[in-house]
Amino acid sequence: MTRYICKRLLLMIPTLLGAALFVFLLMRLIPGDVCELRLAGEGAYVDEKAIQVCREQAGLTRPLTGQFVAWVWGLARGDFGVSMWTGRPIAYEIGLRFQLSLQVAVMATLTAVLLALPLGTVAAMNQDTWLDYGVRAFSIAGLAMPSFWLGILIILALLSGTQALWGTPWMPPIQYTPIWVDPAANLSQLVWPALATGYRYSAVAARMTRSALLEVLQEDYIRTARAKGLAQRLIINRHALKNALLPVVTVFGIEFAFLIGGLVVTEQVFNLNGLGKLFVESVGNHDYTLTQALVMLVALVFVVTNFVIDLIYAWLDPRIRYG
Amino acid sequence: MALSEHHPGQAAYAEAPDAVGGATLRRVVAWVRRKPLGAAGAVIVLGMLLVALLAPLIAPYDPVRNAFDRMHVPPSAAHWFGTDQFGRDVLSRLLYGARTALLVGLVASLLGASAGLMLGVASAYFGGRFDLLFQRLMDILMAFPLIIMALAIVSIFGTGTHNVIAAITVPFIPRCARVVRASALAVRELPYIDAARACGFSHARIMLYHVAPNVVAPYLIMLTAFLGQAILLEASLSYLGLGVQEPTPAWGLMLQGGAEEYAESAPWMAIFPGLAITVSVFAFNLFGDAVRDTLDPRLRSTG
Repeated sequence: MTRYICKRLLLMIPTLLGAALFVFLLMRLIPGDVCELRLAGEGAYVDEKAIQVCREQAGLTRPLTGQFVAWVWGLARGDFGVSMWTGRPIAYEIGLRFQLSLQVAVMATLTAVLLALPLGTVAAMNQDTWLDYGVRAFSIAGLAMPSFWLGILIILALLSGTQALWGTPWMPPIQYTPIWVDPAANLSQLVWPALATGYRYSAVAARMTRSALLEVLQEDYIRTARAKGLAQRLIINRHALKNALLPVVTVFGIEFAFLIGGLVVTEQVFNLNGLGKLFVESVGNHDYTLTQALVMLVALVFVVTNFVIDLIYAWLDPRIRYG
Repeated sequence: MALSEHHPGQAAYAEAPDAVGGATLRRVVAWVRRKPLGAAGAVIVLGMLLVALLAPLIAPYDPVRNAFDRMHVPPSAAHWFGTDQFGRDVLSRLLYGARTALLVGLVASLLGASAGLMLGVASAYFGGRFDLLFQRLMDILMAFPLIIMALAIVSIFGTGTHNVIAAITVPFIPRCARVVRASALAVRELPYIDAARACGFSHARIMLYHVAPNVVAPYLIMLTAFLGQAILLEASLSYLGLGVQEPTPAWGLMLQGGAEEYAESAPWMAIFPGLAITVSVFAFNLFGDAVRDTLDPRLRSTG
């Protein structure tokens, strides 16, 4: 097992290096650069020399291989460098938004778990009844509904709902407050985007829970448990759900890794200043260093999540041995 | 639907190839009976196709002409779904928008799944170092979230329908290649591949005529799963301002800007385009699910 873990950890390195090279080249394929944009962005005439000086300061005139090696060497030492657009350290820029995005991601995941597991279980236990059809319609609709549209609908419902109740429309606060400063203000802002993303997420997971559970319920040991007169609740909780969790965990893992990308749209709807927005801005600003750092962050989350899923497999199902 | 979904053995396997190939009327009727939800999805999809084709004939107004004398008109007999901030008829824009959604959805899914099919087959067929390298490459591509990949592609090549299609196609390729490769690995070991090799056929011929036809099931499953996703992605990109550009009618675009700004005073602008996206993706998903259940009841992953 230790051998396997070491091997997997080592295999992450080429994947991450590949992702680094990929984003490095991809960014430089985008026409224009940060200096042109910053100095001549408004269409004003700027001396070509000034742009050249700026490029030299940003290190853009160095050969590509030199730039790449310097960047990767920095990464290896945990140094992300400074943002080409704002000039502030990237760790600071990301740190500002990370809290918000992480909180939305965690809350969306919680919403998904709380919705998906009971719904999927109820649907599987009542296969082909109206309950089952209801859950399936709910989850297929969740997959079909764009999360930004759901967001718009939530805002619309909030506005007209509070208007009808209190006479004045209420909007979630725009300014982010950390949860330990003012939990009420924090939650009243972030609950809505978490619901909008969590719904889609729960739809995928509820479908998986249902089909995995249905498969397990046909196993012999479930029949044995029934035959010895175990209560239905015990059969489901102790025997069926535990064995059905494997594919469900995979879904949660994959969706969690993709959540960061999904946040791009949700943050736009709810006007949140999170990682997704930072991403769009940094690509728009040709801020190579910041975009690269963000991509590496996402790739790292993806690779680590996959690794953790595999470990959870072995933990949930002792028959799985990696060698 | 549910019956055959969980007792796969019986009819599903025997009829699968016909349901896809030249299906006779009776087989279609039988399939509709077994998968009523999938059939309902197929009907909506066909309806969408018709609407897209006939848009110029059935749309009551010009979808791109501004009419500043009737802005924000609520739904009425003259404008069933109301008008937007430029006085354009929302219904007409929705009908024309079906063209954009279908064009992007069909082309991106077909290109992405087909490229994935070829790469997946080649990777499994050649195996060894090529396969290992290829898999790592796919890992790298997969580690990029879809929307971020699309963002980069649109930034490089600019916005517009063609580039939106490219942006959606590229992330689909590794997802399909993965699934196809897994099936092709099993096919590669079958005796008739050895036989084909012994006959001295070229690699290309063996891959194209002997391996690829036997991995059509996962290919079709991924293809139908992509259709709904592609429409959703196009809507998301257009919503972010990175996709189809004004004044082209596109559903995601209709939700951007005006719809949000005037959500309270003119909710019809926000409600109907979102409904159009949801219903069409819903239909494609229902249809895709039915196809998946028919072709391979055991394959659960949708990538």
